[in-house]
Amino acid sequence: MLKESLRKAYGEALVEQGSEHSEIVALEADLGKSTMSCLFQDAYPERYLQMGIAEQNMASTAAGLALVGKIPFIHSFAVFSTGRAYDQIRSSICIPNLNVNICGSSCGLSDHGDGKTHQSIDDIALMRALPHMTVLAPVDAVETRKMVKAMAEAKGPSYIRMSRADLPVLSDEGTPYQIGDTPVMRDGKDVLVIANGVMVSIALEAAVMAEKEGISVKVVNLSTIKPFPKNAVLEHAKGMKGIISAEEHNIYGGIGSACAEALSEEKVSLQIMGIEDIFGTSAAQYDELLQKYGLTAEKLFERIVKANKEK
Amino acid sequence: MARRQQSADQLAVTALKLRMNLLRMLKPGKVGHLGGSSSIMDVTAALYFNEMNFDGSNITDTNRDRLLFSKGHAVLAQYAALVELGCIGREELGKLKTLEGVLQGHPDMEKTPGIEAVTGSLGQGLSIGVGMAKGFKIDKKDNRVYVICGDGEAAEGQIWEAVMSASAFNLDNLTMIVDRNKLQATGSICDIFPIDSYGKKVEAFGWHVIECDGHDMNAILKAFKEAREVHGKPVAIIAHTIKGKGFPFAEGVASFHNGSLTQQQYDEALELLNRQLEEVASC
Repeated sequence: MLKESLRKAYGEALVEQGSEHSEIVALEADLGKSTMSCLFQDAYPERYLQMGIAEQNMASTAAGLALVGKIPFIHSFAVFSTGRAYDQIRSSICIPNLNVNICGSSCGLSDHGDGKTHQSIDDIALMRALPHMTVLAPVDAVETRKMVKAMAEAKGPSYIRMSRADLPVLSDEGTPYQIGDTPVMRDGKDVLVIANGVMVSIALEAAVMAEKEGISVKVVNLSTIKPFPKNAVLEHAKGMKGIISAEEHNIYGGIGSACAEALSEEKVSLQIMGIEDIFGTSAAQYDELLQKYGLTAEKLFERIVKANKEK
Repeated sequence: MARRQQSADQLAVTALKLRMNLLRMLKPGKVGHLGGSSSIMDVTAALYFNEMNFDGSNITDTNRDRLLFSKGHAVLAQYAALVELGCIGREELGKLKTLEGVLQGHPDMEKTPGIEAVTGSLGQGLSIGVGMAKGFKIDKKDNRVYVICGDGEAAEGQIWEAVMSASAFNLDNLTMIVDRNKLQATGSICDIFPIDSYGKKVEAFGWHVIECDGHDMNAILKAFKEAREVHGKPVAIIAHTIKGKGFPFAEGVASFHNGSLTQQQYDEALELLNRQLEEVASC
C-alpha cells in the first residue's frame, strides 16, 4: 500500500493556506526540519517566527499575534507543543478562545529513537481537557491536507497530532471534509473498531483477519477527537455486539476515555486498547514499539473475537 | 484619535482619582490586591492619560495602543483608569469579583471592556505583548505595546524567554514597565528569591533600559519620551515604586499584597484622598 509522509503533507498544506490567508503566521521552536514548518519559512520568510527552543513563550506570543488579527500555527513535537506549554495554552489561548493552531508533530511512539521524553502518550488527554479546544488526529497525508485547510478557516484554538512515520494513504482526495466527520474505513455489522492515526491501518488488518473467522468488523476513523462526534459514534455503534477503541496514546484520557464518556448511558460493551499507562522507550524501529506496547493487528484481533461473543 | 496630553500636574490629580476608584473597589473587609495596584497607579495614569493612543469611547479602534498587565493581580489599577475613561460603568467599582459584576480577579478580555488579553498566570503577559508588537511590525503599523510586569514575576522563566525574543525581533514598539516595588506576596523579594540588578540583566539581553521614580510624574513622562526615541530594540522602564503607595498604613507592608482594609483604615484613606483632592482643587 502507498505510504506518504503526514508532516510533509502538513508543511505543503500550510504553504498553500498561507497563500489563501495572508494572516497566517508560523512559529517554530527549532524543529522546523522535523515538523516541516521549514516549507512555510521558505515560502513566507516575513511571516515565519523562529522562537528558539522556548515553547512557553511561543504559545503566549501566538496568543498576542491572534489578538492583533493573525492566524498563528505553532510547531514542535507533540510532547512539547502541548505539555511544555500547557498553562500558556490554557491561560493565554484557550480562556479567551483565541484563533491559535497547535501542531504536535512526531506524536505517540513515532519518534521511536528518542525515547520516552520525546514520545507523547498524554497529549490528547491534556488538550481534550481544555474548553474551546478542537483536537484532531489525521489518518494519512490526504486527511492532513484537508485538516490544515479546515484549521485555517475555523475560529478558536485547535490541536493536530501527527505521526512522524509515513502512513498508508487510506483517504480519498475528492471526498469533502469537515471537522467532526467520522469516515467509515470499512463497513461491517458485528464489531465496531473506533481508531485514529496509525491504529486505523492496524484495525483494517485485524478486520481482514476477523473476516476469515466469519466476524464482520466496521472500522471508523475518529480523526476528530474533540468536539467528540457523539451522535455519529452512537449511530455507528447501533446493533454492534461490541465496540473497541484503539489508540496510540495512554488508555487514560484518550479516545477510549472519550468513547466511554459518550457511551456511558448506552447498553454496549467497550474495550479500550492503547498504551497501558506506561512511558515509551527507545527502539531502532517504530514497528518494534507498536509490538512492545501491544498495538498490533494480532492483539486487536483477539479483542474482536472477544467482543463478538458479548451478545 | 489623538493621544491625551495631560500635564504632569494634571496627571497627579488623575492618579488621586484613580486611587479613589481603587478604594471604592476595596470597601472594608473586601480582599483585594491593594499593594501592587497602588504601586503602579501613577504609571498607569501616565500611560492612559498621556502616553498611549487610547480612546475610552472607541475601545475596538485598530490603531489603539495596547496595555497589558502581565502582573495581572494589579489589574485594579487598570480598572480604576478604565472607569475614569468611561469604558466601564462607575457602578462596577462596587461589584469587584462578584458574579454580578464585570471586574474579574484577574484580567479577562471576555468579561471586561478595555482589557486586551487574559493574563494573571504570571510570566505570560510579556510574551503576549511580544506577539502583538511583532504582529504590528509585520503589518507595518505604528501601534505601540506596553506591558506592566512585576519584579517578583521575573522569577518566572518565561519572562526571560520573552525578553530574549523581543530583542531578537528588534521590537522597538514594545515597552516593558517593571513595577519595582521590592515586595511580593509573602515578603521582601531580596529575602525570598533575590532578583537583583534587574536593569543590568535586561540590558544584557539587548534591551534599552531606563530607570525612574515610579511616583514622580515628570520622571515617568521623561522615561516614556526617551523610550519613544529608541529605535531597533525594545525598552524596559524600571519604575522604582513603593508597594501600597498613597495609603500610608499599607506602604511597604507585604500583607497588603492581597489584603483587606479595616473600617478605620478605609476611613483614614478616604479622608486623606479627599483632602489631597481638595488641596489640588484650591490651587
